[in-house]
Amino acid sequence: MTIDWEHFTPWMSLAGGLVLGLAAALLVLFNGRILGVSGIVGGLLRPQRSDIGWRLAFIAGMWTAPLAYSLLGGHITTQVDASGVMVVLAGLLVGIGTRYGSGCTSGHGVCGLSRLSPRSLTATAAFMGAGFVSVWVLRHIL
Amino acid sequence: MKQRIFEFVAGLLFGMGLLLSGMTDPSKVLGFLDVAGVWDPSLAFVMGGAVLVGLLAFAVAKRRSRSLLGAAMQLPTSRALDRRLVLGSLVFGVGWGMAGFCPGPALVSAATGQPKAVLFVLAMLAGMAVFEVLERMRNNTGLQPKTGAH
Repeated sequence: MTIDWEHFTPWMSLAGGLVLGLAAALLVLFNGRILGVSGIVGGLLRPQRSDIGWRLAFIAGMWTAPLAYSLLGGHITTQVDASGVMVVLAGLLVGIGTRYGSGCTSGHGVCGLSRLSPRSLTATAAFMGAGFVSVWVLRHIL
Repeated sequence: MKQRIFEFVAGLLFGMGLLLSGMTDPSKVLGFLDVAGVWDPSLAFVMGGAVLVGLLAFAVAKRRSRSLLGAAMQLPTSRALDRRLVLGSLVFGVGWGMAGFCPGPALVSAATGQPKAVLFVLAMLAGMAVFEVLERMRNNTGLQPKTGAH
């Protein structure tokens, strides 16, 4: 294993992580909800009137983030190397997989691990493992 | 109304945390997932930082039946380590490794107008819709009990 020192950003990533934790803390302590993006978005596809508002408010906040981040002087880079076909296929798998697995990197990863949930630990190990294997196959085998 | 403000701020902070940590850049995410190549361990620090704060917050949340604003505390109750959990997570992981996007970062990147992020989000919504249709068909047959999907 070789470490990519050129791109390694421990402090920025740690700071970002602390802010993510703070967001999850805010949502659960004030609103009693788990911050799980796949669940928040997926729940909109089974609409019940009393259940839509909080989801939309959260998503509106997320969508305001790039603007706020830029205004504070942050620089946004989004480099997508995957082809369009690959992106569509990946999106489909992520959509189906996160709903069947009841969560993604936020719900199972951040909140679930913080709750010390064996279910979320299992899910996180599964999607991280599959992510490592997926990249290994795409970059080093094919 | 007060609740809506906190939900909005939580979303805003969450999005800014993703941008700050590098999670919204697929090339950075794939650098982390590429353990067999030149590995960028940064994202381990994202998870570490988030869980550090989360452990404190959920330790408090678990002891409460109501939130600070009086809403019901809605923590997951399912404990089943079933096939759906594992297979679904594996499928998600494969997709994550293919493009470097998971749901949160993809939504934030799509808000910047990044065309492939928009494409990813549309495909992800289609995938979620497929799940909804299959769930409804499955529940209508009445052959299998429904497990909690949260």
